[in-house]
Amino acid sequence: MVMSAALEEVTMEAPLRLVEPVRIGAASAEKVSGSFALKDVSVAYGNETVIAGVNMLVPSRAVTALIGPSGCGKSTLLRCLNRMNDEIGNVRVGGAVTLDGLDIYQKSVDPVDLRMRVGQVFQRPNPFPMSIYDNVAFGPRTQGVRKREELDAIIEAALRDAALWDEVKNHLKKHAFELSGGQQQRLCIARALATKPEVLLMDEPASALDPISTQQIEDTIAELKDMVTIVIVTHNMQQAARISDQTAFMLRESMDQPAHLVEVGETKRLFTNPDDKRTESYITGRFG
Amino acid sequence: MSDRNRRARNARTVEAVMKVVTGACVALVVGAAVLILGKIVISGIPGISLEFLFSKPGMGMRAGGIFPIIVGTLMLVTLTAVLVLPLGIMAGIYLAEYAPKNIVTRIVRLSIANMAGVPSIVYGLFGLAVFVLLMQFGKSLLASALTLTCLTLPVIITSTEEALRQIPSDLRQAALALGATRWRAIYKVILPAAAPGIVTGSILGLSRAAGETAPILVTGAAFFLPRLPDSVFSQYMSLPYHLYVLATQVPNVPPEITWGTAFVLVAGVSIVSMIAGAWRSVQRRKVKW
Repeated sequence: MVMSAALEEVTMEAPLRLVEPVRIGAASAEKVSGSFALKDVSVAYGNETVIAGVNMLVPSRAVTALIGPSGCGKSTLLRCLNRMNDEIGNVRVGGAVTLDGLDIYQKSVDPVDLRMRVGQVFQRPNPFPMSIYDNVAFGPRTQGVRKREELDAIIEAALRDAALWDEVKNHLKKHAFELSGGQQQRLCIARALATKPEVLLMDEPASALDPISTQQIEDTIAELKDMVTIVIVTHNMQQAARISDQTAFMLRESMDQPAHLVEVGETKRLFTNPDDKRTESYITGRFG
Repeated sequence: MSDRNRRARNARTVEAVMKVVTGACVALVVGAAVLILGKIVISGIPGISLEFLFSKPGMGMRAGGIFPIIVGTLMLVTLTAVLVLPLGIMAGIYLAEYAPKNIVTRIVRLSIANMAGVPSIVYGLFGLAVFVLLMQFGKSLLASALTLTCLTLPVIITSTEEALRQIPSDLRQAALALGATRWRAIYKVILPAAAPGIVTGSILGLSRAAGETAPILVTGAAFFLPRLPDSVFSQYMSLPYHLYVLATQVPNVPPEITWGTAFVLVAGVSIVSMIAGAWRSVQRRKVKW
């Protein structure tokens, strides 16, 4: 893969050359976007720095997995990418996070606009207490889409992309809570896709689900990566190995020091031939 | 071994005794409620007729009906609701969703809790001084409704805040992550989910307002008025004050008129509560976490 070779030698100053070619069938001039660059990113809760010195690239239209033991700041780092940390009081993010070259923490960036470009799926399925249709329509309606036909089209497309359409197409008016846990999570994916994001953040999206639902979510992710950049936090190393193109391993070595990024690289390489001893220990199950 | 047996036996005894003691307390409370309601129903029902509900009082309030009193109460409670609900619910939303966690917010919250403990006659005197005299609304529906607004505001604010806090933060996060502003998340997701709790609190607060005597006594309720109020600046008659008048100020009132009036007040409040309760259980069945 071209991507991995580029990743290993890339410095943060280097131009991003990690994007894949334009999708087949897409409008000719469509720009492939949705790549993040993190430069010396740190996160502090009050006076306690919990993550420090994270440098990495998140390539467009690929799956990046964040792995590491519990409490190593994977989810916190993920929430830096759509500024959901802003919603928790007393959190400071240092360094620079850029989305397609735009510093998302600069004053002129409204987190509300950012979150339309960077969607999120949470650990536990959290559909709104309303119909399936209204759940998926929430984002587009927020963006001002009012026309019925237009909404219908967006909703069908989002549900198809989340591999839920066939199961719910005749029950769109049903309450979302009537769906199973796995269906609810795919509904949440559809809801996030309906805002047409460039990036989809997933925080252990399958950890509350049974194996079959997990499989369906993983299949969905595989389908989606041609359309959006995916960053997924997972506890499950097999899952990271199965679904991701790039893996980042984070570690907090003691409670006295902040978590940091140990190693980031092409998934296949990282799982077979890691550069760092600690990565090797973790993926072979010696800790965590 | 025997020591452990004795302890286990003691624990079982305490368990049995406490179950009986706590149960007895509930029985006492329920008994008192049944007694009060039973008396009102038994003594009140004979006085109830269409004529009683839809005619004016006559013969120095010793005969006739209570139509202007019912209308006055409805107008007063409606006006109070119009004033207090937007104000109280908005303030509750601010406290639950926007207020920073700091000392000022804590003081505000504490003040609201204290407001709920102020005796109602003190609200009455406040209303007399501010709304009746200072703002020159005179003794009127408006002055009374504003006074009752102050009285019920803490209940509405607190219950709104509590209802909002019970909504899982997952839902807030989900809405914000979709690019919704705080207000959109509140308006479209949080508020509908919290509506049953907010409605309960509002009904509770307004029921209290409907039954208050002291604050309206000094701000606008009339001893007797031959006509219905024609504007918010009119005086009015009201069920709780009329009840007080019948019970203590007018000699020789037939008991079915006094108890009938009490029955109408209690029945009115109960009917509204029951409608709200029914609506709530329908909502609950739709929304589970």
